[in-house]
Amino acid sequence: MNLDYLDFEQPIADLESKIQALYNVKDKAGIVNELEALKTKSDALTKKIFSSLNDWQISQLARHPQRLYTLDYIDIFDDFIELHGDRTYADDCAIIGGIAKLDGQALIFIGQQKGRSTKEKLKYNFGMPRPEGYRKALRLMKMAEKFSLPIITFIDTPGAYPGIGAEERGQSEAIAKNLFEMCVLATPIISVVIGEGGSGGALAIGVADVMMMFEYGIYSVISPEGCASILYKDATKASAAAESLKLTSTHLKKAGLIDEIISEPLGGIHRDPNAAKQLLKNALKQQLQAIKKPTIEQLLRARQEKLLNFGKFNE
Amino acid sequence: MSWLEKILPSITSVVKKNIPEGLWRKCPKCATTVYAEELKQQNYVCPSCDHHMRLAARARLESFLDADTQVEIAPDLVTTDPLKFKDQKKYKERYSQAQKNTGEKDALVVKAGTLNKMPVIVAAFEFRFMGGSMGCVVGEKFVCAVQESIRTNAPLICFSASGGARMQEGLFSLMQMSKTALALKLLDEKKIPFISILTDPTMGGVSASFAMLGDIHIAEPNALIGFAGPRVVEQTVRETLPKGFQRSEFLLKKGLIDMICHRHQLRPKVHKLLLALHG
Repeated sequence: MNLDYLDFEQPIADLESKIQALYNVKDKAGIVNELEALKTKSDALTKKIFSSLNDWQISQLARHPQRLYTLDYIDIFDDFIELHGDRTYADDCAIIGGIAKLDGQALIFIGQQKGRSTKEKLKYNFGMPRPEGYRKALRLMKMAEKFSLPIITFIDTPGAYPGIGAEERGQSEAIAKNLFEMCVLATPIISVVIGEGGSGGALAIGVADVMMMFEYGIYSVISPEGCASILYKDATKASAAAESLKLTSTHLKKAGLIDEIISEPLGGIHRDPNAAKQLLKNALKQQLQAIKKPTIEQLLRARQEKLLNFGKFNE
Repeated sequence: MSWLEKILPSITSVVKKNIPEGLWRKCPKCATTVYAEELKQQNYVCPSCDHHMRLAARARLESFLDADTQVEIAPDLVTTDPLKFKDQKKYKERYSQAQKNTGEKDALVVKAGTLNKMPVIVAAFEFRFMGGSMGCVVGEKFVCAVQESIRTNAPLICFSASGGARMQEGLFSLMQMSKTALALKLLDEKKIPFISILTDPTMGGVSASFAMLGDIHIAEPNALIGFAGPRVVEQTVRETLPKGFQRSEFLLKKGLIDMICHRHQLRPKVHKLLLALHG
């Protein structure tokens, strides 16, 4: 059992370990055909498994231990210079921010960062920002507006941190203020859900002109586990809750709640990180080009119209 | 019992509708028995211990606004059930049940009226309607309230009482947070005041959007106000929560609200504030 793979990926993991074993053979002359056959088989199996993923499996992929996090993508930008702190209380590492360039265009980058090792997880607080993280993000966004720089945000969080200090320092107010300001911020905003979009904690850096999502990302009002424990009174019913919540990119695109789905490499981002980076870079470059065309007035009018039209009801 | 009452067991129960004449009610805090008619006259504040019981949306609006000037805004909006959501029960069923139990179409009631003859727009949450949760209808009604406020140049007041965003409408519910925030930004640009009155409880997506975007934040005494529920916080940090955590008095001390106001003083207090800001 390979712990870097999810349970439904195990058959692929088994084949991959066989392929790896053959790679380690010094004299490859005799095994070329066998290696090729195994690779074809592994690809076919991956295709088969990934063509019929259910929403719970996608939720697991969105939080896959090997999935790329914000800082893993940082080299798709040029000259990233990190900027720290909310100038009031602290520097929250769960939100990374700074100045970067993409395609020669200077921009403000903001992204939520999870951690891989225990030490990192603690440093980045499992990707759960505190109010000072949101306030840092807002400070940088205001600076983007001032210097007419577009904003790119990466969303990857289980949610805003539910801690004592976070509540004391106004977690609600911090999130609310970001929504309030982002609605009319006079500079283009592009957001990408790279993994997990956890509720208000995600939205607080995700009020955007262009909302994109990686294919196996999720974006939801509540985690499947949280929903299961409240509505099903049983956290193990998370897979049923995941189906009900319609939290995958396909569902959200169909509902008109996101603008673009970025495809992932076969088997998900973690199977081919470099390809994933390239796909993301291309998508961002394209959107960045397109978003320069309308005037700021047109952009703001379209953003407001979009926000006000979110929601369905009968009269 | 709604899901929210179950996860927030410390919160006392909701004021029941249609109390028959002559019934005695027990205060959930001090257990004093109060004559129902007297309790109603006291606006559901316990005459013995001053505990502020939860108030139904309609009772709230009727007692806050001047009598006979009240016109309801967007009264007929109902959900489309955009996700066709189902857990152990269908959302549609829970919705009809909530409508039956409360007599409301959804969890927010909005009225245009006057406060000591000053025209105002007032929104009030019906907590008994699925924990006062915010889905598309609540979001849209709030936007209608703001638009009416702008159209008539009348200040906006909102009484919040909500567990947060409504899970059953998924990401549509989450988007109501940015939608209502934008509406308030447009109100802000017109320099029309918005007074946010936080009542027990104001949590999650409602607290993290319009409820915390007031020019003035007023809380009723001892209301639970926060982002994450106290149980979630307790389970996350694995330590005992400070005394009075997330209660109005705690928020006042932490600098998150302007004042705590007794329910009986709300009308004169809000009126005075509005005269100063918008007189």
